[in-house]
Amino acid sequence: MRDFLIEGSYLVASVLFILGLRSLTRPDKARRGMQQAALGMLFAVVGTLLNHTIIDFRWIATGLVIGIVIGYPLGMWVPMTAMPQRIAIALTFSALAATLVGVSEYYTEVHRGGFPGHATMAALGFEVMLGSITVGGTIIAAGKLQELITSKPVTYRGQNLVNGVIFLGLLVMLVLTIVDPSQQAAFYGLIAASLVFGVLLVMPIGGADMPVVVALLNSYSGLAACAMGFALSNTILIISGALDGASGFILSILMSKAMNRSFTNVLFGAFGSETTAGGGKSAAGLTVRSIGVEDAAIQLAYAQLVIVIPGYGMAVAQAQHAVRELAELIEKRGGEVKFAVHPVAGRMPGHMNVLLAEANVPYDKLYDMDEINSEFDRADVALVIGANDVVNPAARNDKSSPIYGMPILNADHAKSVIVLKRGMAAGFAGIENELFYDKRTSMLFGDAKSSLTALIGEMKNV
Amino acid sequence: MQLLELYVFVLAAFVGYMVISRVPPLLHTPLMAATNAISGISLVGSLIAAGAAHNRVSTILGFIAVVCASSNIVGGFLITDRMLKMFKSGRGAGKAEAAGRGKDA
Repeated sequence: MRDFLIEGSYLVASVLFILGLRSLTRPDKARRGMQQAALGMLFAVVGTLLNHTIIDFRWIATGLVIGIVIGYPLGMWVPMTAMPQRIAIALTFSALAATLVGVSEYYTEVHRGGFPGHATMAALGFEVMLGSITVGGTIIAAGKLQELITSKPVTYRGQNLVNGVIFLGLLVMLVLTIVDPSQQAAFYGLIAASLVFGVLLVMPIGGADMPVVVALLNSYSGLAACAMGFALSNTILIISGALDGASGFILSILMSKAMNRSFTNVLFGAFGSETTAGGGKSAAGLTVRSIGVEDAAIQLAYAQLVIVIPGYGMAVAQAQHAVRELAELIEKRGGEVKFAVHPVAGRMPGHMNVLLAEANVPYDKLYDMDEINSEFDRADVALVIGANDVVNPAARNDKSSPIYGMPILNADHAKSVIVLKRGMAAGFAGIENELFYDKRTSMLFGDAKSSLTALIGEMKNV
Repeated sequence: MQLLELYVFVLAAFVGYMVISRVPPLLHTPLMAATNAISGISLVGSLIAAGAAHNRVSTILGFIAVVCASSNIVGGFLITDRMLKMFKSGRGAGKAEAAGRGKDA
């Protein structure tokens, strides 16, 4: 009877999780769906507490209370702009939980005087390996996103060789523990080496590549939970882990595609480091046309269609609310405003969408790259706010450019382009952007937020 | 490890792939937050480790895991909800043209 209740609660939870994720295909249904998924989680937890091996509830109760006390602020108080590092920290937690449970399982078996069988050992091995890699990697990713660690790629000579050797070491220890589960040193060595490997894996990756990395680590943490499910013969862990793993996998593929780069290139290419940024045309002999706030306001005021292209610069300047205000002013004057969101704009998948939604931009004005690219031809103004590489025409026509082949937003097809930018520093990839030197492009220099505030003031007077 | 578990894994991964590949880029950040919340399911394993009273070390490791996993569940579902609450359609308030456009991929 008890087993039936436990398995039943897991079944209900699995169904609600899948329905919850399915609801995310529709923004108007998503909220309700995810609330049901939360209910599913409650079922799974209550079901687990019926498990007859649980005999002491003191530690559980204390842990749950502390978890809620930590979780509430992480859910309610973290600002939307800090979302990328918030997600990275959550991945650290889930991977850490998986790793610790794996160690606890192994230790318990050893403590009893036995060792896990080969199959269980394989599951435990993968669990602690994937878990530790994710813990190491996500801590560094969070540090980089919070800018506690430099967000520039950290590289040194022979880096890939060192990482390769450590990775081989991991595999050797993994195989060793599976073949002979009594090799305790190999098991604990596997954990230590995986942590180091995770750290070294993310250190050379730059800020703009974070969307791929976070998605990939998300997938690892899902697989670690899956492995835990195999080790404990627990179906809900296997199912949820597989869902997580699939999600991370899909996102990392989409992100890599949006940058036209392979996983290996992201992980081992150290994009944007001085050694690889040599390619691309230099800006020598070209001049930029800078524009004043007044002229920019007039252009925007009389435009029929304005397409706004937000980038990481908008997030840094916290300019999303000013952008929305400007868009409303343009609309009030009869113009139309659309937002073009590149898949890798920002520091995580969907970053720009969340920021704009927070600023009350209705989601039917946010367009994906494929939806909007054909509309630039009839746009009067493309307003680029803190974006750079995602509008660089070199991706289309300069074979020597490191970003050649990356799909971009066709800002250069618009009748005129206004770029809000702090200065003429090159983009993250360290590549010059021809768009800025185009004769239809005007540069409005300054902090995005102050420029927008000034524009809003001018617009009211036009 | 039994073959049945492998079946469950393969089918779940397949369902996950089918469902999640239809999530529009618009909701990719909420998707990550949602999977974070769901990954709190490792609480299930943590509870068993913390409550089985096998030995002191396992209990403490399980206890830390319970803290990590439950904070992910609480924080993850709350933040997903907070985010999804922000996504508003322009229909009604917006222009007729915007309303005509279905965004449900």
